[in-house]
Amino acid sequence: MEILQLLFFYLVAFVTIVSGLCVVLCKNPINSAISLVMTFFCLAIFYVTLHAPFMAAIQIMVYAGAIMVLIIFVMMLLNQGAEVVARCRHAVVGAVVAAGIMMLQVLVTLKHGDVSGVVGPVNSAMIEEVGHTELIGQALFTDFLFPFEIASILLLVAIVGAVVLAKREV
Amino acid sequence: MPEMLSLSNDPILFLSLMLAKILAVFIVVILIVAYATYAERKIIGRMQTRLGPTMTGPLGLLQPIADGLKLFFKEDIIPAQSSKLAFLLAPMMILVPAFITVAVIPFGGDVVIKGFAVPLQITDLNIGILYILAMAGLGVYGIVLAGWASNSKYSLLGGIRSAAQVISYELAAGLAIIAVFMLSGTLSLRGIVAAQSGSVLDWYIFSQPLAFCLFVITSLAEINRTPFDLPEAETELVSGFCTEYSSMKYALFFMAEYANMIVVSAITATLFLGGPAGPFAGPINLLLKVFFFMFLFIWIRATFPRVRYDQLMFMGWKVFLPLALLNIVITGAVVVFL
Repeated sequence: MEILQLLFFYLVAFVTIVSGLCVVLCKNPINSAISLVMTFFCLAIFYVTLHAPFMAAIQIMVYAGAIMVLIIFVMMLLNQGAEVVARCRHAVVGAVVAAGIMMLQVLVTLKHGDVSGVVGPVNSAMIEEVGHTELIGQALFTDFLFPFEIASILLLVAIVGAVVLAKREV
Repeated sequence: MPEMLSLSNDPILFLSLMLAKILAVFIVVILIVAYATYAERKIIGRMQTRLGPTMTGPLGLLQPIADGLKLFFKEDIIPAQSSKLAFLLAPMMILVPAFITVAVIPFGGDVVIKGFAVPLQITDLNIGILYILAMAGLGVYGIVLAGWASNSKYSLLGGIRSAAQVISYELAAGLAIIAVFMLSGTLSLRGIVAAQSGSVLDWYIFSQPLAFCLFVITSLAEINRTPFDLPEAETELVSGFCTEYSSMKYALFFMAEYANMIVVSAITATLFLGGPAGPFAGPINLLLKVFFFMFLFIWIRATFPRVRYDQLMFMGWKVFLPLALLNIVITGAVVVFL
């Protein structure tokens, strides 16, 4: 069983990295977007294997199902091809620098930070017993109620702002 | 109470039963897809005082097979100006989410095999409903990509319309379901069926009539059926997003439409009509409910004219969404105070 799990992990990791590379390397922006959806999907698989099914479902619903559809929607309407990529060479340099810094941070965290084992009362046995969704719900509506409400107000402000921007003349 | 069969207590039996269940569900869905096309043509024919297909086999029963063969042997055209990868991917991306959604639908209680309890359901997810919503969200890619990749204005307009429509109605459908799991207290479909397992009056259609109506209407819009079939409105868009498709790829779009009908019917039956509960064996009850809803959808197609695009958006955002929110508030008040 252990071997199977490991093989599955490597398979999904391989697909994630390849589709992640496709996002950057594809000439056609729509193909990049499809690759990004694929990457999101693979991340969702990782969440499932980490006993976090709720995160996986939300990952697909919000990122793959809503945000990427809107991004593709805009791309379809603008229909800009490879020439945009050629015009934005300086952005590629910036992205490479950002990716380098990110990788350095991850390496430092892995080497010196505390990433070993589970801290706190929540472990995979407990998740198995109570259920991942229930645990998140309890935490969100008891300990983290205040930040949760603040986030709702933030979203409300964003909605009102969007309506004001879109409906200037009315 | 026998132990639940799992991968750890008898791996070989578990795997073989799992394969058998997947195969059985797949074959049943494919068969219903094939004969739903026949049923639709027959029923609409009768409703319009025609006969429908009669020539192929007795009562025209071999018509779906003839149609399938015809499409299979047609020339597969890929437009020269199309975007090849997206054009090839689109029919698959619309069919696969439709089929894998069936995996979480329970079609019966537990049966005891070799001393183990085996659930009549491919898999019971802790997040069953969210999984359904996530897959419904992925289905829109097929239509959008098909519309864009064909590089034709009719297809593009169909694709854009569909994207806008699915996003709007997905929201209302999701909010309608929220009221259901506020009552059941679980996201697992098995749990929801168990919560309705008392008498017929325990079915959520009686405690959530508004959510039921909202869900049926919005999911009708989500799967692009008449009266919400604007993405393929033939009077203005030729055939919408699948105008440029031919042969098997076109057949895949067609299969996806009927598979989506089956999935929506099955979900509605599970959430509001007690799933496999009823007078007969579990799977038969569920199938009867699914057939009822599919008949309803075909009936609606024969009855209503297509809505206008502004009416569609108006209904989605200004009627169904507020109603669904109101339903959640009322359900919340009832759950807390009663």
